[in-house]
Amino acid sequence: MLDIIRPGIQTTVQDLGRHGYRHLGVAQCGAMDGPALWLANRLVNNAANLAGLEMVAGPIEIRFERAAWFALTGADFAATLDGQAVHSGWRNHSAVGQVLKLHGAKAGMRAYLAVDGGIAVAEILGGRATDIQAKFGGFKGRALKAGDQLPLGPTSHLERRIGAWQAEWSPQVRVLPGPEFEQFSPDARATFFEHAWTISAQSNRMAYRLEGPVLTRNVSEELRSHGVLPGVVQVPSNGQPIVLLADSQTTGGYPRIAVVIEADLWKFAQAPAGRKIHFVETDLDGACAAREEWRHNRYRFELSAYGNHG
Amino acid sequence: MAALSATLSRNKMRFYLLGECAACMSASGPVDLSCQQRIWSMAEQLRQLATCRDIVPGMNNLTAIFDPDQHSGDQMLAVMEQQWTAVQGQAYSSRTIEIPVRYGGADGPDLEVVAAHAGMTLEEVIAAHSSAEYVVYFLGFQHGFAYMGGLPERLATPRRADPRLKVPAGSVGIGGAQTGIYPSAGPGGWNLIGRTDLRLFDPSREEPILLQPGDLIKFVPLGDPSD
Repeated sequence: MLDIIRPGIQTTVQDLGRHGYRHLGVAQCGAMDGPALWLANRLVNNAANLAGLEMVAGPIEIRFERAAWFALTGADFAATLDGQAVHSGWRNHSAVGQVLKLHGAKAGMRAYLAVDGGIAVAEILGGRATDIQAKFGGFKGRALKAGDQLPLGPTSHLERRIGAWQAEWSPQVRVLPGPEFEQFSPDARATFFEHAWTISAQSNRMAYRLEGPVLTRNVSEELRSHGVLPGVVQVPSNGQPIVLLADSQTTGGYPRIAVVIEADLWKFAQAPAGRKIHFVETDLDGACAAREEWRHNRYRFELSAYGNHG
Repeated sequence: MAALSATLSRNKMRFYLLGECAACMSASGPVDLSCQQRIWSMAEQLRQLATCRDIVPGMNNLTAIFDPDQHSGDQMLAVMEQQWTAVQGQAYSSRTIEIPVRYGGADGPDLEVVAAHAGMTLEEVIAAHSSAEYVVYFLGFQHGFAYMGGLPERLATPRRADPRLKVPAGSVGIGGAQTGIYPSAGPGGWNLIGRTDLRLFDPSREEPILLQPGDLIKFVPLGDPSD
């Protein structure tokens, strides 16, 4: 059991998201920084898609009601365990009754906590992620409150502390041109890649709104509602791009100027409002090479931690 | 006649990629039920492929989300083009689902807006809305939100200039040429004409989503609109 003493703001139970239900309007949800939750789980030898906590703002206090191995990844929240510093990207051990404190992001935005055995909430519609919009999944379909007690899965027998390298954030986000890219004016197409876009305060787990010069589309034809997915960059008639993220709706109707490659999608999870990002054009080979690099990092970690490829 | 329109929609279908892990096909021309019926069949076939994560029908279009490490986007497009030439349309479902609706009053604060726009009385709007038969084309936007065809043209009403921040769950609305039911509370820009107590989305049910593509929908008025 995990005892939530101070919940922070918008702390939610998340896994790697729901798949296979988008045709029913069910959003993917899951960790905004998927690679960070993957690593936290694998540091404590959990299956990669077990549920952990996604934390956005401290201070947060959590008491371990059983001895546990745990790992923090993603943004460094200056964490302590009974006053002793706990480093992000490492496997740690807590005795019964010890209190983990997370102060808040020193850099980046979202931190992830995985505990051996995972957070054992019920699986609904193929996942344990909290769907804040539809109010189901995770723990009671909502962000955590003080006094919540989260069930844990069976503990593992782990021995040593291990650590892992974590990807470094940069403002360059690689994209593939979208189906309506050519419908934007030559100026708009150039501006899309040249401008440093500011992440608006009206950004959340559904989508990040970006602020910058108005992007003009040369075609006025409205699109019919079509399937969308995290990573799609839409431009509504106000000319300001919207990047769809984990909780995004399943269909939309705005022109799709670009699609963020899977390997770079996590960067939005770690970029707070006001931060600037740059879109960089790539192609299918570039996207494939980026996935390959991420796969190699996972293999390297599995080899060093467990002596196999996982 | 059905064969002719199927041939036409086959000719108009465009196939293209959306990023590294989605392949799309979309028909041009007016929205066509026979085209949508073939899309439902195609969606079922594609769901048999282990490499497809999600198959999302839209309005006369379809988006297939696949694992790009299993096959390339071009391979996915080739599969879709090949299947589309062979696939037969199907009715998918012959269910008729009745939606009991309290029209007007606090449940439908925009009924008068729709009536004024259509040049009809409240009773005429209710009669027109509830006597038409609707077909669910696809689900999207929210959990269990059904995009339906069949709204009488006269009832088409532009979306509100100022969307509401909170539309109650079960609200029945008209947005442009479409009608729909909000499964859960949230922001919305459609004109609200009534409300149902049916739960369109309930994750604790074995079938969490009430409406399915192909379902025929009838709205059944409850009580007096001035209640």
